[in-house]
Amino acid sequence: MPRTLNTLAERAAAATPQAVARRVRGLSDRAVAWAFISPTIVLLLAINIFPLVWTIWLSFTNYRANRPNAPVRWIGGDWYTDILTNPDIWVAMQVTARFVIASIAIQTVLGFTLAWLIDRRFRGHGVWTTVILLPMMLSPAVVGNFWTFLYQPQIGLFNYMVSFVTGVPPSSFQMLGDVTLSPWAIVIVDTWMWTPYVMLICVAGLRSIPEHIYEAAEIDRASAWRRFWSITLPMALPFIMLAVLFRGIENFKMFDMVNLLTGGGPGSTTEVASITLKREAFEKWRTGYSSAFAIILFVTVFGLANIYVKALNRVKQR
Amino acid sequence: MKRLLATLGAVIAAVGIAAPAQDAQAQGKTLTLCWAAWDPANALVELSKDFTAQSGVNMKFEFVPWPNFADRMLNELNSKGRLCDLLIGDSQWIGGSAENGHYVKLNDFFAREGIKIDDFMPATVAGYASWPKGTPNYWALPAMGDALGWTYRKDWFARPDIQAAFKQRFNRDIAPPKTQAELKDIAEFFQGREIDGKRVYGAAIFTERGSEGITMGVANALHTHGFKYQDPNKPYSMEGFVNSAASVAGLDFYKQLYKCCTPPGYSNSYMQEGLDAFKSGQVALQMNWFAFFPGLHKDPNVGGDRIGFFVNPPGPAGRGSQLGGQGISVVSYSQNRTEALQYIKWFASADVQKKWWSLGGYSCHKAVLEDPNFASTAPFARDFLTAMGEVVDFWAEPSYAQLLLAMQKRIHDFVVADQGTAKQALDLLIQDWTKVFKEDGKI
Repeated sequence: MPRTLNTLAERAAAATPQAVARRVRGLSDRAVAWAFISPTIVLLLAINIFPLVWTIWLSFTNYRANRPNAPVRWIGGDWYTDILTNPDIWVAMQVTARFVIASIAIQTVLGFTLAWLIDRRFRGHGVWTTVILLPMMLSPAVVGNFWTFLYQPQIGLFNYMVSFVTGVPPSSFQMLGDVTLSPWAIVIVDTWMWTPYVMLICVAGLRSIPEHIYEAAEIDRASAWRRFWSITLPMALPFIMLAVLFRGIENFKMFDMVNLLTGGGPGSTTEVASITLKREAFEKWRTGYSSAFAIILFVTVFGLANIYVKALNRVKQR
Repeated sequence: MKRLLATLGAVIAAVGIAAPAQDAQAQGKTLTLCWAAWDPANALVELSKDFTAQSGVNMKFEFVPWPNFADRMLNELNSKGRLCDLLIGDSQWIGGSAENGHYVKLNDFFAREGIKIDDFMPATVAGYASWPKGTPNYWALPAMGDALGWTYRKDWFARPDIQAAFKQRFNRDIAPPKTQAELKDIAEFFQGREIDGKRVYGAAIFTERGSEGITMGVANALHTHGFKYQDPNKPYSMEGFVNSAASVAGLDFYKQLYKCCTPPGYSNSYMQEGLDAFKSGQVALQMNWFAFFPGLHKDPNVGGDRIGFFVNPPGPAGRGSQLGGQGISVVSYSQNRTEALQYIKWFASADVQKKWWSLGGYSCHKAVLEDPNFASTAPFARDFLTAMGEVVDFWAEPSYAQLLLAMQKRIHDFVVADQGTAKQALDLLIQDWTKVFKEDGKI
């Protein structure tokens, strides 16, 4: 009677063609492991590590992609000095920082509040969750374009709604053309689109809190406010911080929405770092310069994210 | 003698056979012509059907909307792409494209084929074809003449109530402006006025930030106030020219025009937004390229008798219009260079140029423009001629993109975002431009 193939390994071995089996016979576990992961490593080196190393090298040269015939000269750290002493770059960094801080603060408060409400599991909460998540599923290009219309002073729905609430004539203010309002116009759109994402992570956090802790608190006659401050918030905090981390990194790189809504204007009011980078790299064709700027941005995000992750780990270990 | 005759016969026979063979080779080939997606491009599609009929070479077109045109095409050239055999590239690209080897130099071809560059208007040759400027080195054939002009609502100007109100306010008859100051008066007059129960506005001007819009628009005000790019006697010396008192006045004027007289939300608008504003009956005046005027004249709502045209009016320092337009070049990386040159030769002929104008393209050929009847061929033809006689172009240096983006930033910062003064904006512009020229080793 033939032996039954019970285990997955036995079945896989039986299914392997003889030619292949002969070739791999005798390979150590480590060699097999390398054989499996090497395509991924090669891919990673080709599309991540090599471009990074190449960019670092370019950042020390005068190379310009639009002048292929010009000699490439090593210029040391000139671009880094130039960037770090350029007031326009600092303005762009400030604009980016203000946008990141404002959008994340609002999204965290709103996202957590929505998550807390959804977690009440009221009647129809599933439908509401889907509705709230819809903006997040749209393409930023679509969102940017239709908010441009919504913000249109003469025909835009947004201006009419503000006018309806405040009585201010709709065409008397322009969300995208006004120096004071345009940064907020971007924050509003980003909040509208990405608050659901923060909410989703917070919901996961809230639902991970064991029910028995609340029951114990109720037995101890803790008030709802006390339960929120002593149980809900501390236990959901790692999730909230994770959401802040993801949104922070994303918004630091924000390009598409700003490009579609204001293009960095009016003037340079909403010119975030990624818009400046794109202009330097693909409109002015200062490849060396823009490589240096990209490296500076990368180090900044990487450094800040690392500090933040350490803080997140400390919170999780509490 | 017999041998000589035999040789001659053989040569004639060979030529006789070779000519159809060359045509046969051309048969079935396809040329790709790249340009911006706008009204004249459609006219060129129509015109090129004649070339296909004559040569057997099929034509394919790659038209990119203006806001993405430079990005798309310069990327294509920089990556030595083979998408375009022929490119109608913007006038400012000529320096970079010539120096970086993107365009084929056409001098020998012109000489060989008997194409006379003098048959084209000098301003267009200087603007679209030659690099370095002022030298007889040709990289393109002037293809589409253009300048920045104005349209106005002739029907509104003709209304008795408007005429009376204007006369009462300015003590003169309402008419197309003869000076920049009059232009602003008219724009102010219409701003916020009710016409047929609808609120209308003064002027649609260029304020776009991303590509070239506000630079092109402000140039019309700057040149007429006395702005100069550099010291005519000392190239790249800009102090006292770019930021002269006259330039400051010109920039201040443009800002006033933007503040007083544009429709709400008009902070990032270029040619398409101007067309939309004018066609929807929102504005009395519109700044735009002559290239759009044939289409506007045919517009069922605002065209015909309802539209009028005028050249950029003179300012305190005289006349000046921003140059638009493009030349047609053969891309060096094309694999169909022979056919592409064949197209240029065909396009350069006087008959084709006449048809080009009749279809809505702006010919730069003297046979068209110097025809005694030219001015009466279209309501904007005379203005076009006047404008082309006074055009001023932006820098056409290889680093034009850097120069342009610097100007976009400084002008938009001042005009739209209210940052600093006109003098400060122009001082900063000199700093930016100086840096670019230093990097290029020009200073």
